[in-house]
Amino acid sequence: MSNRPEHDSAARSRRVFLRKTAALAGGALAAGGAARAAPLPVPQTNREPGRTIEETAYGMPSKYEAHVRRRRTDVLKNRQNLSDWSMTPLQNQPGIITPNGLIFERHHAGTPDIDPQTHRLAVHGMVKQPLQFTMDDLVRYPSVSRFHFHECSGNGLTDWLKPASRTVQQTHGLLSGVLWTGVPASTLMEEAGIDPRGKWVLFEGADGSAHARSVPMEKVLDDTLIVYAMNGEALRPENGYPVRAVIPGWEGNVSVKWLRRIKVGDQPWYLRSETARYTDPMPDGKWRKFSMVMECKSVITSPSGGQTLKRPGFHEVTGLAWSGAGKIRAVDVSFDGGRNWREAMLEEPIMDKCLTRFKIGWNWNGAPAVLMSRAVDSTGYVQPTVQDLQKTRAIVGFVQHHNAIQPWAVNANGEVRNVIGQA
Amino acid sequence: MAAKTAEGIPLGSSGRHAVQPLPDRPRFGQPVSEAELAAWNIDIRTPDGRGLPAGRGSVAEGRQIYAAKCVACHGAEAKGGSVYGAMVGGIGSFKGSPRVLTPGSMYPYAPILFDYIRRSMPMDRPQTLSADEVYALSAYLLNLNGLVPAGAVMDADSLPKVQMPNRDGFIIDDRPDAKAVRCMTNCK
Repeated sequence: MSNRPEHDSAARSRRVFLRKTAALAGGALAAGGAARAAPLPVPQTNREPGRTIEETAYGMPSKYEAHVRRRRTDVLKNRQNLSDWSMTPLQNQPGIITPNGLIFERHHAGTPDIDPQTHRLAVHGMVKQPLQFTMDDLVRYPSVSRFHFHECSGNGLTDWLKPASRTVQQTHGLLSGVLWTGVPASTLMEEAGIDPRGKWVLFEGADGSAHARSVPMEKVLDDTLIVYAMNGEALRPENGYPVRAVIPGWEGNVSVKWLRRIKVGDQPWYLRSETARYTDPMPDGKWRKFSMVMECKSVITSPSGGQTLKRPGFHEVTGLAWSGAGKIRAVDVSFDGGRNWREAMLEEPIMDKCLTRFKIGWNWNGAPAVLMSRAVDSTGYVQPTVQDLQKTRAIVGFVQHHNAIQPWAVNANGEVRNVIGQA
Repeated sequence: MAAKTAEGIPLGSSGRHAVQPLPDRPRFGQPVSEAELAAWNIDIRTPDGRGLPAGRGSVAEGRQIYAAKCVACHGAEAKGGSVYGAMVGGIGSFKGSPRVLTPGSMYPYAPILFDYIRRSMPMDRPQTLSADEVYALSAYLLNLNGLVPAGAVMDADSLPKVQMPNRDGFIIDDRPDAKAVRCMTNCK
């Protein structure tokens, strides 16, 4: 099983090369019995020095990994790329942490480049003393680091009733795993002194959309972070540099990037981004509002759409599970389209509102199969099918909050494809 | 943390932080006045229009500003243009499929127009419109959606009074709504 995407021609030619090489090796074995006909050659890299150490450098992945990239969707093409998104190559990600250069993007007016020396964060509204903070001020506070998943509420919105996306990057790539570092929002809020009537908090960005959302005070004081670092370095510009909100387990867009303002009020603001957008259609024509928690979900990342199983026999089936309502308790995997299920192994650490890696061995007999995963979280919630969700929701157009089971079909050639709505 | 807000919004699990205790609580924030924050303080509480500034704008003025600053992306009479889809129509479409989402069909409160246009539009030069221009564009878009007459003038008093068809179109988050069962064998 290869982790490389099979949709680019380079990967395809590499696969053909590997098959030919394997055929040659097999021929040699047949001729020479257990012994190889020729010893493995000493690689050229053993016979020469490598590249010199640069005086200063920011390290980059191997040139042979250049195919591992974020990419925009192939399905829902916007006619501009300012209010748009790019997706994480989950098929290439081992473990539960997404490298900073691969964390998905969703902006409403592009990425600003903000000078941290001039940036200010204000806390005001229903507080005793409005305050402003420089970046120097923010990093002086006792810090907190937390691992959390980050997921766009629109993750999967192109693939509800029939397959439109080919790869897991396209079906589920508005998802990343990050170690966030910053200050608890409560530290700043309590310093300003919250008016007891203050029940809602507005977070607003310094970007060209001044993106803003209303968040209940309970969540802000519980585990919301004001974050300046991710995965051991400063935030990347596209992820909110120099400072952003992180609201763990909730839909990604409430974690406002390029944060410039926090305002306390006694009721929600009902902005465009919480009425006309980021609301969910109901069968009676109404819309579900403030649907914040990203519910329990999982997906098999390998094998996944666009990949190919090269031969029958043992394959490790692995993927990611997560829940905005708590921890992952179990993940089950089916190899027969959901008729029978086996419990997968969960790999430590298993953390609150965080990606959890699951793995299960599979002896593929070469016959067609349909693989799917189903997660259970610490509240006992079982990941539903699309049919389960259709009992209460209207799946019309590009609908948000898709946490249903994702099926992947493997054909007799080992080719894997998306069969949502068909399995 | 309570499991839900007073309004009934599910909060998910609690995740309180352990923060390093300090003998003297640090206070690094610098006092600032609301007056100093005035240029940043652009949010409108849209159900009652709190935060709407002084100024006024008519449908006719809005038509002219739209032709100068909006039509290139949004198209003539907001019917959709080179970059974005229609901002008119869709009222009554939510019982079927597709649902047509426009300010007229979707916004529960008219001041959302003011808040959004002022903070985000035009996309190439956001936060450059005057309050009068934003009121005028709000009036024009409401008129195109059949929600105010051609002679309407919008200001801090009149805009919140416009009755939007989707005003009562929202329900509070009632999830978890799916009740899947963890069946292990012979499930289908």
